[in-house]
Amino acid sequence: MDSTAILAELPRLRRYARALVGDRAAADDLVQDTLERAWSRLARWRPGSDLRTWLFAIMHNLRVDQLRHPAVECVPIDEDAHVLPVRASQSDRIELDNLAEALAQVPEEQRAVLLLISLEEMTYAEVAATLDIPVGTVMSRLSRGRERLRQILTGDRASPRLRVVR
Amino acid sequence: MNASTVSVTDTELNAFLDGELAPARRAEVELWLAAHPDAVMRLEHYLAQREALQRLFNPVLDEALPEGLQQAAQAPVRPGWWHRWPWQQVAAGLLLACVGAAGGWFARDHQAVAPLAVATVPLSRQAAVAHAVFSPDVKRPVEISAEHEDQLVTWLSKRLGTAVRPPHLEPLGFELIGGRLLPGSSGPVAQFMYHDASGQRLTLYVSTENASNRDTAFRFAQEGGVNVFYWIDGRFGYALSAGIPKDALARVATAVYDQLERR
Repeated sequence: MDSTAILAELPRLRRYARALVGDRAAADDLVQDTLERAWSRLARWRPGSDLRTWLFAIMHNLRVDQLRHPAVECVPIDEDAHVLPVRASQSDRIELDNLAEALAQVPEEQRAVLLLISLEEMTYAEVAATLDIPVGTVMSRLSRGRERLRQILTGDRASPRLRVVR
Repeated sequence: MNASTVSVTDTELNAFLDGELAPARRAEVELWLAAHPDAVMRLEHYLAQREALQRLFNPVLDEALPEGLQQAAQAPVRPGWWHRWPWQQVAAGLLLACVGAAGGWFARDHQAVAPLAVATVPLSRQAAVAHAVFSPDVKRPVEISAEHEDQLVTWLSKRLGTAVRPPHLEPLGFELIGGRLLPGSSGPVAQFMYHDASGQRLTLYVSTENASNRDTAFRFAQEGGVNVFYWIDGRFGYALSAGIPKDALARVATAVYDQLERR
């Protein structure tokens, strides 16, 4: 494998990391760690197998480690800065302003599946291989993740954090 | 979903949306959906989610890659090389080479036989030395800054005796800092300097002293820690130098070449 192949995957790794982690610098750190681990484990990569799945799997494992041993305290969202859920507009287009924040409220294991399907356009089988979980688990996490995001975005059966009456 | 609709599960609805259902089951779900407008609305929202997520995050694909990541994407042939060999050391080494070469040049007047040391210094090395000398300069990296690009272009064109103007590399994440005039082997040459968001500097060295008038393809050279792509186009010699990986530099070189060709 040469660095061109890895370089070609970089933009996608960054996009997924940004969507998963939220913060730009933290996302790029995760990508950086992924690349370093990939090079150090090159011997374990089977030539001919899907490089992208392999890299995403490495990133996933690193992320799981990160969450297990958080390096920094998570900062709770400022209540005042919190945007109230907006009902779907007439055009049915989702406003991007609230999307990142809404996405961050979807549990990470569901968010990961949702993003691999929505952004990476992976098949269920590819997601299962990447995250090392059964296809059935992919399906249930996806189903719950989508519904959760819908509820947050539309204010339908608002999540506890959004149940603020004004 | 309520108890009366157990025939189609939530996961099946999602699989329907993602094209993961067997054709026979797919047809059944379609029938079922015809009687369940709520579910249809939910699926429409899920589609809108996918579209919105792509709208929000696809721009990341077009962002210039941070230097650290480009570096990390490279095979660690010489692990830690970049960190173990401090930039200053490389610059100092090249500076010595430069002083040595200049010494030879100045000594020319005092010697019966003119040394050819400078004249034979390849374009790539001249450019790399100029890069190493000026790019680490924090306070005065250029003589005329990009704010006065018109003046810079007029002045350099006048001194080089031909129209020279800096290519625009913003789409690649490099912004013009400015330029300066430098002594080449037989006359003035121009240097344009750029930097990216991380402060990584890149210089384009433009010489008009090429007598051979033979065009060349892209050539690559590594001079100390500086990577250089250079090529000759008529009497112009161009060299692009930076401490960034070869393939990243190649992309910039291609863009520079394309812009110069279009003029």
